[in-house]
Amino acid sequence: MEQHIESHIIQSSDDEFIINVGPQHPSTHGVLHLQLKLDGEKIVDLRPFLGYIHRGIEKMSESLTYKQFIYLTSRMDYLSAHINNQACCLVIEKGLQTEVPERAKVIRTLMAELTRLASHQLWWGSTGLDMGAVSPFFYAFREREMILEIFEETCGSRLTMNYCVPGGVMNDIHPDFVRKVKQLIKQFRENIHEYDELLTGNPIFQSRTQGIGYLSKEDAIALSCSGPVARASGISCDVRKKNPYDAYDRVSFDEIIATEGDCFARYRVRLEEMKQSMNIIEQLIDNIPTGEYRTKIKGIIKLPVGEYYQRVETARGELGVYLVSDGSNKPYRIKFRTPNFSNLGALKPMSLGGKIGDLVAIMASLDLIIPDIDR
Amino acid sequence: MNAAKRYFTSIFKAIVALLKGMKLTGSYLVRPSKILTQQYPENRDTLYIPQRFKGRVVMPHDENNEHNCTACTLCQLACPNGSIQIISKNIDMPDGTKKKVLDRWVYNLGSCTLCQLCIDACPSDAIVMDNGFEFSVYDKSKLIYELNRPGSRLKEKKTEKQA
Repeated sequence: MEQHIESHIIQSSDDEFIINVGPQHPSTHGVLHLQLKLDGEKIVDLRPFLGYIHRGIEKMSESLTYKQFIYLTSRMDYLSAHINNQACCLVIEKGLQTEVPERAKVIRTLMAELTRLASHQLWWGSTGLDMGAVSPFFYAFREREMILEIFEETCGSRLTMNYCVPGGVMNDIHPDFVRKVKQLIKQFRENIHEYDELLTGNPIFQSRTQGIGYLSKEDAIALSCSGPVARASGISCDVRKKNPYDAYDRVSFDEIIATEGDCFARYRVRLEEMKQSMNIIEQLIDNIPTGEYRTKIKGIIKLPVGEYYQRVETARGELGVYLVSDGSNKPYRIKFRTPNFSNLGALKPMSLGGKIGDLVAIMASLDLIIPDIDR
Repeated sequence: MNAAKRYFTSIFKAIVALLKGMKLTGSYLVRPSKILTQQYPENRDTLYIPQRFKGRVVMPHDENNEHNCTACTLCQLACPNGSIQIISKNIDMPDGTKKKVLDRWVYNLGSCTLCQLCIDACPSDAIVMDNGFEFSVYDKSKLIYELNRPGSRLKEKKTEKQA
């Protein structure tokens, strides 16, 4: 046992230096613990330690009914809370073979894209913050606040909305929803040049991200990276394109792919994704179908015996929900394939050989959410 | 010579970029109408809180101190974290039968995650979400509320009354 633990801790020789980053460190955005072996400023070895925020969501879900466990998934990747809920609802609907009303599909998709926008804006702000630029954070929060107000009006909460229910959505959209979303898109389109002025065009920012944290296409595939991290290395992996769910089959948008594989490519992919999200919202906002927003599922949900899998694209990559049902009113087993866990694996190949100062930029470009890694 | 030139050019470019950013931030200094910061405790009276905002669960009572809760415990079953406890009692009806009525609707705000599943499950619309949000107390036992008012009873349905 002792030996087993020993082998996980990095051993140092005389001229090398071991440093612990985290679990409480401002640039890790949560309780991620990294152990680095340094040769001067150069990173020789890196090992992430997990489990500081493990809450056992998968195990807890086994003791909750199908309607109840959905709210727990908001606490995994809390910035894509709605998309996590959507994935769970989709997997339950797959098992029940219920048809979701068209209106609910479009509302869900709109909310998912708004969530993605809000998540990427927070990421943009915190990326600046990690690299020493404080003002981007406030500019990012300006538009994010508008999105959160839209959530608050329609869903009732700002972050963990629990708006998706099996069969549709919890409430109909607020009467002001369409007007506010249009106002948001208008304001964001007017303001997005400020993002470029403050960060993208800044030579200091560019020199800290260009050519830093290179991830090759082969490595990205081998480490099963997904989302913007993989797309910046030239892999086409958008689940919204490959396996359209809800209303994604009726919208046209571009999958942003860059081939550089460095931090700046990941940055650019996310910025462009925000514009694509706005495109999707604009296509859907004017033609929300009328009709029911929810198919009422009466009584207790019981899925037929079997295994169900559904994957969705969250703001950080591919989330897979694997559900095993034994025919009772509770799931027999749930497994979440979370995007951040796989993307964290790319941290080592990205940062080996680099400087310790670049580690912060690399972690910012990975956009890690620690509760999603540990769940 | 070339290296020195590159070095100074990069410094110059960085300063230009910084000034560009400063210009943008400065432009907001002279346009205070564009600033969104809210001075929270001072603006409490003018604060806009949407009607659907989920603050806590409450049970509306009408002017006769009557509520809609039939103590069916569907909300208690729907609650994922056991924040709801319904204590019912049996009372004797005038015709000699016994009827189960609500005694206490105990709600623990401390463990509630405001997921709205109880309100979704309620068949008689007896509970709704309140818009309040300033609930901090020094002792967590004060977060346990009893939602039905003392002496309240179930609202009789009109059709039953006429019959």
